[in-house]
Amino acid sequence: MTAATEVKPAKVRRFRFNWVDSFLWFIRIAAIITIVIGFIGSIQLFLAGEGPTPAQWRDLVISSISQGAMYGLIALGYSMVYGVLGFINFAHGEVFMSGTMVGFVAADNLFRAGMWESNILLSVLIVLLVAMSTSMLIAVLVEKVAYRPLRGAPRLIPLITSIGVSFFLQYSFAGLFGVGVRTYPALPASVPSRVNILGVPIETTKLVVIVVAILSAIGLWYFVARTRTGRAVRAVAEDKEIAGLMGINVDRTIVTTFAIGGAMAGVAALMWALLFRSVDFTTGFLPGIKAFTAAVLGGIGNLPGALLGGVLLGLFEGTGPLLILAGLGIPAVSQLKDAVAFIALVLVLIFRPSGLLGERLGSEDRA
Amino acid sequence: MNLRKAVNRGLITGLAMSFIGGIGMVTAFNGKVLIEPIVTLGYAVLFALPFVVAVVSTKRVVLEGVETEPYGWGDVAMGAVIGLVGGLLTAGYVILIDTIDVTHTFPDMGPPTVLEMTFHKGLPVGLALLAGGSLLAGTLGGAVRLIPERARSALFVGLLWVVGFAFFEPVIEDMFEFARVVTRFIYAPNGGLNGVAAVIIFIVVTGLAYRFQGGESVLRTRLVGVDDRGRSFPTKLALLLIGVGVVVLPMVLGGLVNELLINVSLFMLMGLGLNIVIGMAGLLDLGYVAFFAVGAYTTAVLTAAQSPTWNPELGWWAALGVTMVVAVIAGILVGTPVIRMRGDYLAIVTLGFGEIVRILLLSDWLKPYFGGAQGIRGIPGINFFGLTISGVDPQLFIYFCIFFVAIAVVVSYRLLYSRVGRAWAAMREDEDVAEATGVGTVTAKLLAFVTGAVLASFAGALVSAKVGTVFTNSFDVLVSLIILVVVIVGGMGSIPGVMVGALVLIGVLGGPRSPGLLAELAEYKLLIYGMILIVMMLKRPEGLIPSARRSRELHHEELTQDAWLDKKGQFTTEQAEEVPA
Amino acid sequence: MALLEITGLEKSFGGLHALQGVDFTIDEGEIVSVIGPNGAGKTSFFNVISGLFPPDAGSIIFDGDDLAGHEPNEITTRGIARTFQNVRLFPNMTVLENVMVAQHCRTKAGLFGSVLRTPRQRAEERMIEAKAKDVLSFFGTRLAGYRYDQPAFVLSYANRRRLEIARAMATEPRLLLLDEPTAGMNPRETVELTELIGKLRSERGFTVVLIEHDMKVVRDVSDRVVVLDHGIKLAEGSYDQVSSNDQVIEAYLGRPAERNGGEG
Repeated sequence: MTAATEVKPAKVRRFRFNWVDSFLWFIRIAAIITIVIGFIGSIQLFLAGEGPTPAQWRDLVISSISQGAMYGLIALGYSMVYGVLGFINFAHGEVFMSGTMVGFVAADNLFRAGMWESNILLSVLIVLLVAMSTSMLIAVLVEKVAYRPLRGAPRLIPLITSIGVSFFLQYSFAGLFGVGVRTYPALPASVPSRVNILGVPIETTKLVVIVVAILSAIGLWYFVARTRTGRAVRAVAEDKEIAGLMGINVDRTIVTTFAIGGAMAGVAALMWALLFRSVDFTTGFLPGIKAFTAAVLGGIGNLPGALLGGVLLGLFEGTGPLLILAGLGIPAVSQLKDAVAFIALVLVLIFRPSGLLGERLGSEDRA
Repeated sequence: MNLRKAVNRGLITGLAMSFIGGIGMVTAFNGKVLIEPIVTLGYAVLFALPFVVAVVSTKRVVLEGVETEPYGWGDVAMGAVIGLVGGLLTAGYVILIDTIDVTHTFPDMGPPTVLEMTFHKGLPVGLALLAGGSLLAGTLGGAVRLIPERARSALFVGLLWVVGFAFFEPVIEDMFEFARVVTRFIYAPNGGLNGVAAVIIFIVVTGLAYRFQGGESVLRTRLVGVDDRGRSFPTKLALLLIGVGVVVLPMVLGGLVNELLINVSLFMLMGLGLNIVIGMAGLLDLGYVAFFAVGAYTTAVLTAAQSPTWNPELGWWAALGVTMVVAVIAGILVGTPVIRMRGDYLAIVTLGFGEIVRILLLSDWLKPYFGGAQGIRGIPGINFFGLTISGVDPQLFIYFCIFFVAIAVVVSYRLLYSRVGRAWAAMREDEDVAEATGVGTVTAKLLAFVTGAVLASFAGALVSAKVGTVFTNSFDVLVSLIILVVVIVGGMGSIPGVMVGALVLIGVLGGPRSPGLLAELAEYKLLIYGMILIVMMLKRPEGLIPSARRSRELHHEELTQDAWLDKKGQFTTEQAEEVPA
Repeated sequence: MALLEITGLEKSFGGLHALQGVDFTIDEGEIVSVIGPNGAGKTSFFNVISGLFPPDAGSIIFDGDDLAGHEPNEITTRGIARTFQNVRLFPNMTVLENVMVAQHCRTKAGLFGSVLRTPRQRAEERMIEAKAKDVLSFFGTRLAGYRYDQPAFVLSYANRRRLEIARAMATEPRLLLLDEPTAGMNPRETVELTELIGKLRSERGFTVVLIEHDMKVVRDVSDRVVVLDHGIKLAEGSYDQVSSNDQVIEAYLGRPAERNGGEG
C-alpha cells in the first residue's frame, strides 16, 4: 500500500504515566522498605538482647505454624466452594464456630462424666467427631436453604446472602448457648505438656494440631484426587453444565463440596479448642476472614495452596508483629496482630491476586 | 393435598417454633403487649410461623402456559396438618425441656421458657393451647387463598395497620399528646392497644382498603415515582407535604422519639452514601464504617479540647471542612488499591480496611493521637449562631441531621441523572463494555468511593457532636453490615428505598448499638437482621422499593422467563421457602 | 496520510498465536472488510486495536500516535469505537441512556458540576440528549420516539445491533470497528444494514472497518478486503482480487459449502 510511505514519523509513546499503577507501585515499594527496615530493627533489638529469646522465638514459630494449619483447614472450605460455585461463602467462619461450640458441649459433658481425665484420647476423638458432624450438617443445611435457590444468580447476590447467613448463625448460637465465653476443659495432667522431637521440645497440643492437619490434608488429597466423588467435584468445578451432561449429579456434588469443607472446618474447630480453649459465638469471625486470606494467598480454588497459604499467614501474623513492627519502634505490637493479617490480605491482592500457587477456577469464573 | 409435603413443612415449622422458644425469644418478646390483654409480640411471632409456612406452602407457582390446580379445601387441610404437626412437635419439645435440665448448655431452655410456652397455665392445658393455637394458625394460613383477592389484600392492610399502631405506640402517644383522650382510648394503661380500639382500627382500615382498592398503588407510583425525571403536580405537592412534615414533626415529638429519629437519619445518611457506592456504581464495600470513623475522629480531634496531641479547638463547621478533605483523601486511599479487583475480592478487602482502621485507632501505638480505648472526649457540639447544640437537645439536633440527609438526597438524585451517574450505571452493568464506550472506570470508581466517603464522614461529624465522645467500639464491622442491610432491604440504587429501609429497620429494630422502637427486640436484633437479609436476597433481591433500573431487571424476568427464572420457579415450590419467616 | 497504520501486530494467548505480524492500513473515508475463516484472529484483531488486550508486539499508529497498550477508554477518546460480535449493551439502561453514556468521553461535567447543576452542566446535558437523539435518528423511527425510554433488553435482536452501532457512533469516533454487524439478521434487515453502512461514510463521514461473514455484504460495501487466516494476513485488495486469489480460495473459499459465506 502506498499509504504506508506517506506516514510522517509518528510520535510513538509506548510508556504512559498511569496513576493507579504508580500508586500500586508506591505501595509495593513502601511495603518492602517498611518490612526491610522493621526486620533490621528487630535484628538489632535481638542482638541487643531485647525482645524474645531464641527459645521463645522457637515456640512462637511453632505455635504460628499450628495456628496457620488451622487457618489452612478452614481455608479449604472457602477454596472448594469458590472453586465450585464461584462465590465467597462468608458464613464459613460460622460453620467453624458451630463446630467449636457444639464440640464444647461434648467436651464439657465428657469432662463431667470423668472420661476426659480417664481416657483423653477417646474423648478428643469424640469431640472431633461431634465437631466435624456439626460443622458438616450446618454447612450442608446452609447450602440447601440459602445458596441452592441462588444458583446462577449474579455473583454478589450469594455473597450478600452469605453475610446474612453469617449473622443468623452467629446470633442463633448466641441465643441457644448464651453470649458468655465457654472454656474447654484443660488437658489432664497425665498428658505431658511438652514432647521432645529430635531434641526440640514442642508443646503437645501444638504437635497434635500439626499432626492432625497433615493427616486431614492427606485424607482430603486422597479423596479429591483418587475417588470417584472427588473426580465429580473437580468436574463440576470445571464446568457445571458439561459435568451435568456427563451424568454427574451436580446438586449432590455441590452438597459434597460443602460437606467436605464443613468437615475440615470441624477439624479446625478441634484445633481451636486445643490451642485456645475458650469459645463464644464470635469465635468464627476473625478466623473466617483470615482463612479467606489464606485461601487467596495460596490461590483460590487451589487446595494445596489453601493449606500453604494458611501456614504462611499463620507465620506472618504470628511473627510479623515482633519481627517487623517491633523493629519500627511500635509499642504493644501484639495488639496489631489482626491488622497485620488484614494488611497481608491487601498486600497479597496487590502483589499477586492469583495467589502463590495460582488460581484454579471453573471456566465461568475466568470470563 | 400432598401429605408428605405437609408433614415435612409441619416438622420444619415445629423446629422453628422450638428454636425461637429455645433462644428465649418468646419470653423476651412477650414483654411487648400488642393488643391488651392477650396478644403479645412473643405469641404473635410464635403463631405467625405456622400461619406463614401454611400460606407459603399452599402457594402455586404460575408459569406461563401451565395449568394450575385451583385453591380449595385441600389447601386448608394442608395448612391444618402443617399447624398440627408443628404444634405437636413444639409441645413435645416443651415437655422435653421441662423434664430434662439442659440449662447449663442452653441457658434459655429452662422453666421461664416452659412457663411462657404453656401460657402460664400448667403443662396439660398449656400444651393443648399451644398445639391448638398452632393448628388454628396453620388452618387459617391454608385458608387465606380461598378469600377473594380483593378482600384478602384489604384484610392484610387492616392487619398491617393494627400492628403498626401497636408498634408505634410511643410515637403516636408522643405525637398526639394534645389529644390525650384519643390516645387513652386507643392504648391500654400498661401498654398495648386496647382490644376494642384494635377491632375498630382493623374494621375501619379494612373497609377503607376494600373500598379504595387499587388507589394506593396509583398513589405509590406517584410518590415513589420521583425516580423519574418528569414529576407531576401531585408528586410535587406530596413532596411539599413531606417537607413540611419533616420540619414540623420534631417540634411535636418528644425527646425520646427525636433521639430515635436522629439515629435513623444518621443511618439514612450513611445508607445513601453506601447506596452510591453499591447501588449506583456496583462496588460492594463492606468497610464503609471506616469513613464514618474517619469523619468522627477528624471532627473529634479538631474540635475537642481534650484531644490528646492535636487540639486546635476549631468550631464544628470549620472542622467539617477539614473532615471533608480528609474523607476525600481516605476515599482515594481505600479506592485506589481495590480498583482493579474483582467484585468479591473488593468486598473482603474493604472489610479488611474497615477493621485495620478500627484496630489502629484502638492501638497503643496511636493512642497519643486518638486516645486508644478511651477515645476522645469533650467534643463540644455544633456551634450555631452563638449556641452549641449537641445530643442533649435532640429536638434541635435533629434539624442538622435532616439538613445533611437532605443534602445527601439532592446529591444522590442529581448524580443519578448525570454524566457521572450514567457512567456508574454502565460500569455496574458491564465494566469492559463501559471502558470500550469511553468511560474511564478508574475515575468513575474513585468518584463513587469519594462521594460515599464524604457522606459517611458527615454522619461521623454529626455523631461525634451528638455524643460528645468517640470510641472505636462504635465503628466495628457490624455498622458496615447493618448499613448494607438497610441498602439491600430498601432496594439497591433506590433513594426512597434506602430512606424507607433506614426508617423501618433502624427505627423499629435499632442500630448496632442503639435501641429502636421495640426495645424488647434488642437481644435478637442482629438475628433478625440476618434473617431479613437472607429472605430478601432469596425472595426480593431488588428491595422493598426497587429503583427504576432494578425494577426493569425484575420486569425483564417477568417478560422473558429466562433460564434463571425458570429455575427459580422450581425452587420456589421445592426448597426456597423452607426458610422460616 | 493513513488514518490507522498497524505494523507487525502480534498477540498470543498461551500457545495460541491469534495474531502473527499483521500489517494493516486504512485511509480516512475508506470502508474495509476483514474476512477469514473462524478462528482466523479477526475478533482478536479488533480486541487488540480497541485496547481490550494489549498487543505482544507491533505498533498501532492512529492519527500519528501509537495506541498500543493504552486503556480502552483512552483509545475510544482518541476516536476509535467498536461494536461486539455478541451484542453487549447495558441491558437495564434505556435506549437513550445507552447512547448518552457514549458521550462520556466527549463531555466534561464532573461531580461538582452535576451536584450543583451549573448552567454549563445543564447545557451539556441538553447537548448530550440532543446528540443522542440525533444519532438514533440515523436509524429512522426504529429507535426513536417511545423507544427512547425503553430498557435495552426489550429490543429485538436487530434493534440491539442497531443500538450498539448507535452507541459506537455517539462516541464521535473517526474510525468505527463493526464486528459482524449483520450476524443473526434476516435478509431484509441485512440489506437495510448494508445500506446504512454505506451511509455511515457518506452521511456521517466515518471510516469503517468491519468483520463480516456475509460475502454479499462484503462485496457491496467494501472498498478493500483484508483476509486473515491463523493470525496471518493472507491477502488484501478489492473484493474481486481477493475472491480470485488462489491462496484465499484454498484457505477459505476453497470449500464450496462456504463459498456463499456461511454464518459464524
